[in-house]
Amino acid sequence: MNGALASRAAALVARALAIALLAFLIFGPLANLLLWAFAERWYFPGKIPQEFGLAFWGRVFSPRGGAVQSLVTSVWIAVLTVAFCLAVAVPAGYALARLKLPARAFILLLFLLPQAIPNLPIYVNIARMFYELRLNGTVTGVVLVHASHGLVLAVWIASAAFAAVDPLLEEAARNMGAGPLACFRTVTLPLAAPGLIASAIFVFLESLDEFTGTYFVGVPDVTTLPLLMFNASMGGNYQIASITALLLLLPSIAFMLVVERFLKADVLAMVGR
Amino acid sequence: MNQRTAGLLLITPALLVIAVFFIVPLGLSVQGAFTGKDGRFTLAHFEKSFELYTSDMVFTVAIVALSCALIAVVAIAIAGYLTLGEHERTKAALRWLYRWPLFIPFVVTGQIMRTFLAKNGMLNHVLVGGGLIEPLAAQSLLDWRGILVAFVWKQAPFVTLLLAGAMASLDATHVEAARNLGAPRWRVLFGIVLPQVRGTLLVGLVLSFVTMLSVLSVPLMINPNSPTMVTVDVAYRISTHGDYAVANALCLISLLFASLGAWIYLRHAVQRAEENAR
Repeated sequence: MNGALASRAAALVARALAIALLAFLIFGPLANLLLWAFAERWYFPGKIPQEFGLAFWGRVFSPRGGAVQSLVTSVWIAVLTVAFCLAVAVPAGYALARLKLPARAFILLLFLLPQAIPNLPIYVNIARMFYELRLNGTVTGVVLVHASHGLVLAVWIASAAFAAVDPLLEEAARNMGAGPLACFRTVTLPLAAPGLIASAIFVFLESLDEFTGTYFVGVPDVTTLPLLMFNASMGGNYQIASITALLLLLPSIAFMLVVERFLKADVLAMVGR
Repeated sequence: MNQRTAGLLLITPALLVIAVFFIVPLGLSVQGAFTGKDGRFTLAHFEKSFELYTSDMVFTVAIVALSCALIAVVAIAIAGYLTLGEHERTKAALRWLYRWPLFIPFVVTGQIMRTFLAKNGMLNHVLVGGGLIEPLAAQSLLDWRGILVAFVWKQAPFVTLLLAGAMASLDATHVEAARNLGAPRWRVLFGIVLPQVRGTLLVGLVLSFVTMLSVLSVPLMINPNSPTMVTVDVAYRISTHGDYAVANALCLISLLFASLGAWIYLRHAVQRAEENAR
């Protein structure tokens, strides 16, 4: 009896320790970031900053700090990227989900390929193409790079969203005399809307967080938030880098917490495939 | 207008974007890597790449492969406990915990780890404070170990999410039958659950493998000095020397590393997509 109780207590302690360890491994790095974001002075060998304060926040958000400018640039680029991606991905997703297509397997392969090979050679050579087209260092250039990356994801989610709409509902609308366009506008599109919104959010976040493509195509004139953070970090300014990182984290974490409300498990399972 | 024409019309813009922003640059990469200054075919860029960066290639493959192995261990452990664990509160805590890094971008992960793993970082303070290491033994982990930690931290939740989803959709009666016959949980995990979700695990790992191969920010921020990852060399060739030829050769070499994984993934994904279409 005592033995059983002892082994149950041991199992409880083991579980608690494992969860605590995991919590430290996940939140330790994030806590370290928070400390840096609010550190006024932090010299070796202080375990925590010698002085806390908001002076660096003032610097980041001052006109010379560039954070506001970068934030505006980042959000503007992300909005344009979403608009471009949806305009192209919604028809493509509908065709993939609903219509007969010639060479269907080949088309599917084309939409899978960009995820299956490293994107560095792509960015490097798009930067070269854009250099000749004078698109380097322009918002248009960066949007096109982000869109080419986000499009694949958008097409897959849009296709999954359309596939999840019950064809019987569309048939009922058609039987009652709705034309194909009216049927799409009043039945299919509203039913697929949550999935399409999810795909828009994914593309928005991808664009907001994108680093490598912007690094090659955006320099020197387009500074997005990730580039601002990178430059501050490489310049050894950990406070500025951490504050900018925090700005980038907020939308990501907010989305992580609500993702399941937008995406049902079956659509989520398609993401990244 | 028949369905096929309509379908093609609807999908053409997307195909055009893929062609212009994906296929063309890929072709340019191949062309650039094999073309000399005189416009003739040459292997000189590859010779130079191997001469200068062989150790970095080995380093890259080793780091990414090791990361994948660790990611698999973490994902199997967490997804396995979420599926087979019997303590509801632990499962709930685990489910809430493991996803946090999921949508955190690599560049932010790089910055986070840069502070956490430094000599004066929180990891060392906690280890010293907990009496696990002597203060003088504290060292910076900002070398290959830092890249490894950053990769596993960022990618393990993604693979875990896919794996836990696949495990949850399995037929529960198999597991129950095995448990009723007295099989311990680890045997159920490795004998019954894992073989059925092998495909999902593989896809998650291949996608992570390919993603990690082309991450530039993490190695640049954590370990920019040689030996480092090939992505850093590519950026260096371009930003310092304007040398697109060797950069493209290096890109093609890392493409070669990825192609084996890509092949497995594409086969699996096309199969799945066709099953779905039926």
